Amino acid sequence: MIFTVSHVTTYRYEVPMRSAVQSLRLFPSRFDGQRTIHWDVAVEGGVRGGSFRDGAGDKVEGWSIRGPVTEVSISVSGQVETIDNAGVLRGHREVAHPLAYLRETTATWIDDSIAALAIEAAGDVTDPLSRAHRLSRAVSEAIAYTPGRTDAQTTAAEALALGEGVCQDHAHALIAAARSLGMPARYVSGYLHARDDGESHEASHAWAELHVAGIGWIGFDAANRCCPDANYIRLGSGLDAREAAPIKGVAQGAGEEALEVTVALDAVQQ
Amino acid sequence: MSTYFNEMYEHGQVREPYARLEDWTRAMPAELRQMKQAEAEALFRRIGITFAVYGEGGDPDRLIPFDMFPRVFTQNEWRKLERGIKQRARALNAFLLDVYGRAEIVKAGKVPATLVYQNEAYERAVAGFTPPRGIYSHIVGIDIVRTGADEFFVLEDNCRTPSGVSYMLENREIMMRMFPDLFRENRIEPVDGYADALRRTLASVAPAKCDREPTIGILTPGHFNSAYYEHSFLADLMGVELVEGADLFVEGGFVWMRTTEGPKKLDVIYRRIDDSFLDPLCFRPDSMLGVPGLMDAYRSGGVTICSAPGAGVADDKAIYTFVPEMVRFYLGEEPILNNVPTWQCSKADDCKYVLEHLSELVVKEVHGSGGYGMLVGPKSTKDQIETFRLKIEENPDNYIAQPTLSLSTTPTFVEEGIAPRHVDLRPYCLVGEKIELVPGGLTRVALTEGSLVVNSSQGGGVKDTWVLAE
Repeated sequence: MIFTVSHVTTYRYEVPMRSAVQSLRLFPSRFDGQRTIHWDVAVEGGVRGGSFRDGAGDKVEGWSIRGPVTEVSISVSGQVETIDNAGVLRGHREVAHPLAYLRETTATWIDDSIAALAIEAAGDVTDPLSRAHRLSRAVSEAIAYTPGRTDAQTTAAEALALGEGVCQDHAHALIAAARSLGMPARYVSGYLHARDDGESHEASHAWAELHVAGIGWIGFDAANRCCPDANYIRLGSGLDAREAAPIKGVAQGAGEEALEVTVALDAVQQ
Repeated sequence: MSTYFNEMYEHGQVREPYARLEDWTRAMPAELRQMKQAEAEALFRRIGITFAVYGEGGDPDRLIPFDMFPRVFTQNEWRKLERGIKQRARALNAFLLDVYGRAEIVKAGKVPATLVYQNEAYERAVAGFTPPRGIYSHIVGIDIVRTGADEFFVLEDNCRTPSGVSYMLENREIMMRMFPDLFRENRIEPVDGYADALRRTLASVAPAKCDREPTIGILTPGHFNSAYYEHSFLADLMGVELVEGADLFVEGGFVWMRTTEGPKKLDVIYRRIDDSFLDPLCFRPDSMLGVPGLMDAYRSGGVTICSAPGAGVADDKAIYTFVPEMVRFYLGEEPILNNVPTWQCSKADDCKYVLEHLSELVVKEVHGSGGYGMLVGPKSTKDQIETFRLKIEENPDNYIAQPTLSLSTTPTFVEEGIAPRHVDLRPYCLVGEKIELVPGGLTRVALTEGSLVVNSSQGGGVKDTWVLAE
């Protein structure tokens, strides 16, 4: 599939900020499942900083905005071709070792119920790929997709206790469950093309990748009960949502911040 | 009574490096000594060198006690130490470059992958990044103890930001001021080249993008930090900037310093703050000490951070066991300096041995420092040992154990006169375009009779350390 992507994120500050600095992980990954045709990232009124590819294979670019800052607008426009790889992240160059993805974070803290869910889901299955699928299914069943019940700070354990959440919560819970069994797991941010089911979907999306011995990293989207296919565009990864965030920023100053995001993902060719 | 190696007296004879010091102490009456000791304290107090002791409360401006009796090495002894220290610093840096890159030592099965990648000090954020000249640890502090005339052991490595070098320099300064005759009678190698050497080292690792004489800054957490004196002292000596996070900002892929004449580009940062506080965008989001965007500027080659973020993975006490293997693996040499034999409580057999021999061993936390959270078996009560046993059983991975070493003693001025006290040594090895080591280091002394704990936080003092010229 070929998609055009248009993604605009705008932060508005009630009181002007002295300055703002951002670190963007807003570039499509390079692997066998997707190819970038063109891609532009711009921050209105910002100064482009250095860019590099990190150990996880993600391209990162720094930006800074001189004050007074009343608004920061980050625009992405591009075109990406994807193919269905059954979720397998094949041909992705990275240096970071999978064992570095066993570390717990606040959002992916393993509490007793997550550990129990993982043990029950895995059962007596020892094959890591089957285990991964079982974990993903168990998380889908334990957390119903319900927008508005959780927020950006909700942890995996909290979402599981609530039994409701959105894609971020499914990903966090799956990551925590996998790590509790010693399986490296990470959070992936990207875009998902809306399925033709008549419902409207948020095009910004997140899922988990589990490291399966003998195969490598494989994506699992517990929120949609599937593995990423040609409808997914992968941007970057991290230990949790905070680390994998496509946009990280710090604004110097005090005052309220308002956020507005618009994402359009259109298939130009099937 | 003692089976410890006394660096001054052996078999009732004065050892050669201390020969002149014996005359010096003989000629010094007790009143003069007390006067000089008071003078030394006043000098230290005047220059403001103090050390806050964490966790003990009390006076944060307490002085580290200074003992006027110098600790002396012969040129021959020093040469061997120097070769061993430089060798170790090279191996540690090779290890760091490797584990953040191709990880050959892990693939070769010489170091377990879990110890590296599940180590808290392993920074995934710098995986795959090669710092200028491939150097991660630019200032390596290696803690060494002596147990015999020719027996030295490395107790631990410090690859992040080893502190205490200001004491090495100030101890010498004060000794020279108080006892100029001593420095005429003995040919002592100078240590005051340290600041120039440090400056050269830092300048030699400026980023490739820097096309002029690099601007260097020391990044300090601020004046409330216990080592602030050292930060400002080194900045002064080197003639470089002393900055806090709030003085810096990132723009266009570079780091800039706010000055009265406008922004000035900073090329090399000698940071004295921990990794996790460097950049809220990359590490702890609540950090107020760091600079937002610093890690992006670093990883895109706009600035060099010394020591490199992630360098701590080489000085962990669990990794320590493997340093001799690193020397063989990367350098193809045999280690000149030996490790202390170490039991890893993470290994069931080792843990069993440790729990059975607690009263003989020194047990330390894997990530601990400063002499906290450790058990010195032979010096502990039954209750203390049993309390520690529970801690180890609860979290064995967190502990290592070593035999109680017979640390050497050197004569030390005490209440009753002169008495042997246990010492260690921390030299500061500089790694840049060249590897440099000034002849000397910081000698720490356990002032309490019989004590083997030299940490200043546990009542240790310091001494001037001499290397005699030939």
